[in-house]
Amino acid sequence: MYWQRTLVALGTIARKEAQRYLRIWVQTLLPPAITMALYFVIFGNLIGPRIGPMDGYTYIDFIVPGIIMMAVITNSYSNVVSSFFGAKFQRHVEEILVSPTPNAVILLGYISGGVSRGLLTGFIVTLVSMAFTRIEIHSIPITVSVVFLTSVLFSLGGFINAVFARKFDDISIVPVFILTPLTYLGGVFYSISLLPDFWRMASMANPVLYMVNAFRYGILGASDINIWVAYGLVLMFISILAAFSMYLLNRGVGIRG
Amino acid sequence: MKALTLEHLNKTYKGGVVALRDVNLTVEEGDFFGLLGPNGAGKSTMIGIISSLVTKTAGRVVVFDHDLDRHTWEAKASLGLVPQEFNFNNFETVEQIVLNQAGYYGIRRRLARQRAERYLRELGLWEKRRAVSRTLSGGMKRRLMIARALVHEPRLLILDEPTAGVDIELRRSMWEFLRRINQEYGVTIILTTHYLEEAESLCRNIAIIDEGRIIENTDTQSLLTRLSTHDFVLDLKHPLEQLPAKLTFNVRQLSPRQLEVEIHKHQTLTALFSELAQAGIEVSSMKNKSNRLEELFLRLLQGDRDGSSAVA
Repeated sequence: MYWQRTLVALGTIARKEAQRYLRIWVQTLLPPAITMALYFVIFGNLIGPRIGPMDGYTYIDFIVPGIIMMAVITNSYSNVVSSFFGAKFQRHVEEILVSPTPNAVILLGYISGGVSRGLLTGFIVTLVSMAFTRIEIHSIPITVSVVFLTSVLFSLGGFINAVFARKFDDISIVPVFILTPLTYLGGVFYSISLLPDFWRMASMANPVLYMVNAFRYGILGASDINIWVAYGLVLMFISILAAFSMYLLNRGVGIRG
Repeated sequence: MKALTLEHLNKTYKGGVVALRDVNLTVEEGDFFGLLGPNGAGKSTMIGIISSLVTKTAGRVVVFDHDLDRHTWEAKASLGLVPQEFNFNNFETVEQIVLNQAGYYGIRRRLARQRAERYLRELGLWEKRRAVSRTLSGGMKRRLMIARALVHEPRLLILDEPTAGVDIELRRSMWEFLRRINQEYGVTIILTTHYLEEAESLCRNIAIIDEGRIIENTDTQSLLTRLSTHDFVLDLKHPLEQLPAKLTFNVRQLSPRQLEVEIHKHQTLTALFSELAQAGIEVSSMKNKSNRLEELFLRLLQGDRDGSSAVA
């Protein structure tokens, strides 16, 4: 009985979150499709042939996994951060807080919203990329699991950002000043084997590099790093961020007086 | 059975502001209970703790025998909250808001739809079910918050100043609705309000909170009978040039056609009218000078702050 009620509560939050981003699809789903199409046109078709092959693949084939992953990361993060902060700002988060919905279900519900938007956006960008190149997936289990875990990880990041955010500026600082540089420097557009030793070592400290490369391995079968290390890191970060999110929810940080 | 028990409830906010000091309170099942107090007295903090929006510093909250910390689901499922300020999603429709709230309480969609229809109809919002909430009038938004709080059919409904800023007609219709759910459905109601007329009219029991402490907790009638005097304003049929000197009542002339009379507990209106008639003064109408509870409320607060009993 308890589990049935809990599942209904989880389904309600997940549905509400999906309805939110689908209702404003012009702001949520359309922009990544257009932006990523421009990346494919400019970097893939126009500049790509002049760059030549990267790690043995045409440049457009090389950047497709990274660009899909970039869309997944950005959208998973921004969905949760804007939705949860919006709920705090308009105070309708109180609807859930007064209800018996357990904190873990609240977290899972918001994460499910971020993951579903991240995966849907990733799917849309994949469809767009198919207009520019032919995609053959090397390993479906690795591709699907990496994109799913990455989406979970960045949804958690968005949740924590939203918990601490007090004003709208606070929800754009992390994406602009941390997430975007990490993503662009995370091997989306280049192989770290091109970098001098120092910068290659510095890049190894960027967690996004592992996710992009693991995803690239899933699609192309080529990676700059060991994908099992990537799995280990992603799972470790997920565990840490999930535990921290639960701590914040249980303490009521940013949401309870 | 007790609908609500608060034991040794304390709340100190960050920065050291003490909002509640060892509050003990019980509300019986089926009661219509008023919680009164000036701004900053601790009413909203108390309601926040009961509804889990504020974390307590110490103490215990029990809702229908369910400890809020140990049997959280049962305790919270027994409780509905109508907050003071609008706190729903401005971009969702009326029906979505009510259905989602039902979902958070684990109510399946089919049953939630039936209940949403029932309460939206009862509160006159069914025709507006597809309207986006931000387009509703202030009164409709208030009613939406009540429908939302009732959709999981709580046994205890807490309303934090539900009629603040609403027009008289809507206030009266909300009173009727609250009376009905209290009497017909047996829902226990706790109401905070600044309109003491509202508390006097609706509540069977009243607690007064000031500076984080409960300074009075009794039934409304007992509270009112503790007033030692009543002040009335009398409208005269004919203008009066000068007040007769021999009156035994404490009478003050406000204007040629109006008198103000203070009547003590041991005096009667019959005696007053008889005396006025003997003096050739005809009274055409009469009203209470002020709300009786308001008078008492102010005296209690004053007495508590002075450390004396101001109510004779």
